Amino acid sequence: MKGLLDQKFEQGGVMITQLEDLLNWARLSSVFPMTFGIACCAIEFMSTGTTIYDMDRFGMVARSSPRQADVMIVAGTVTFKMADRIKRLFEQMAEPRYVISMGSCSNCGGPYWQHGYHVVKGVDRIVPVDVYVPGCPPRPEALIGGFLKLHEKIRNERLTAPTAIEKLLAKEQQPSHVG
Amino acid sequence: MLDEILSIAKSQCKNGEPSVDDQATPKAIRIPYADLAAVCKELHRNPAVYFDSLSCVTGIDNGVDAGTMEVAYNLYSIPFNLHLMIKVVLPRENPEVESVTSIWKSANWMEREVFDMYGIRFNNHPDLRRILMPADWEGYPLRKDYKHQDYYRDIKVEY
Repeated sequence: MKGLLDQKFEQGGVMITQLEDLLNWARLSSVFPMTFGIACCAIEFMSTGTTIYDMDRFGMVARSSPRQADVMIVAGTVTFKMADRIKRLFEQMAEPRYVISMGSCSNCGGPYWQHGYHVVKGVDRIVPVDVYVPGCPPRPEALIGGFLKLHEKIRNERLTAPTAIEKLLAKEQQPSHVG
Repeated sequence: MLDEILSIAKSQCKNGEPSVDDQATPKAIRIPYADLAAVCKELHRNPAVYFDSLSCVTGIDNGVDAGTMEVAYNLYSIPFNLHLMIKVVLPRENPEVESVTSIWKSANWMEREVFDMYGIRFNNHPDLRRILMPADWEGYPLRKDYKHQDYYRDIKVEY
C-alpha cells in the first residue's frame, strides 16, 4: 500500500483526505514504545531495535520515559512485585496509549502458570492489552507482526465511536416488550 | 580432614554432639542449632581450617510429618581449599537460629532469602526483611504446606 504522502504531491500540492485518516496515519507512523524489558523477551525486543530488524522503519524509537511513549511493550514475566509499577507507568503515559503484551509470560503467565506463586497470570489483569504476541520468547519477526497488528488497529480508529448510539437506535426500532 | 573439623566443632558444642551426615554431598556435619554461632566462629578463625568464606545458605523444609526444618551452610576455606557443609535441624514450629552475619557478611542476603522462603528467623540479623517477595506477601512459598493467597492487592493469584 502506498503511503498517504506518496500519492498526491506531484499533482499540485493539494491533498484531500479525511481528518480521521490523517490523524490515524500520523499516529501509527510514529508509535514510540516505552522500553519495558522485564525478562528474556527484552533481549528479543532489543534485537528488534537493531539494524537487522530495524524498528526505526516503523517510526518506532524506544523512549525511556512513559511521558514520551505511546505504546508499552510488556516484554517479560510480570511478577506481583512489579505489578504496581507497571500499572503506574501505564497510567503515566499520555493518551492515546497502547499496550503490547509480548511473550507467553505476560500473555498468561507462561511456564509459571501453575506453580509460579509470584507471577501475575497475564498482564491483562493489571492493564488493558491491545495486542498479544505469542512465543517464548517471540522472535523479532513476531514482535514486528505485533506492531503491524497495532498499526491495523490504529488505522481503523474513529474519532467518535457511534456504537452506543447504534445500539440505542436498534433498541428503539425493536418492538418494546412490556411485561 | 572431616574428623579434624568434627573435633573442632565438638570442642564448641555445649548442647549436644555433632555428627556426620553421610547422605549429604559433600559430607556434612550436623550440629545442635544452639551451638551454630560458636562453631562457625571457631571454624572461621581456627588456623588449622580457616573457613573464611560462606558460599551458600540453604533452607530445607522436611514437611509436616517430619516436623523439622533444616538450614545448610556451605563453607569454603580459600587458603586450604576445603569445602564443608554444616547442617542444623530446627523444629518446624517457630524455627529460629542465630545469624552468622557477624562472622560472614555474605550471610546477610542469603539468610534473608531463607527467611523469605521458609520463615526461618535469624536472631541478631541486622536487617531481616523479605528480599524477593513483596513486603506485604502472606506466607512462606517454599514451605511444603504453602497455599498461596487468593488475591494480592486485588490481583487474582490463581491462574
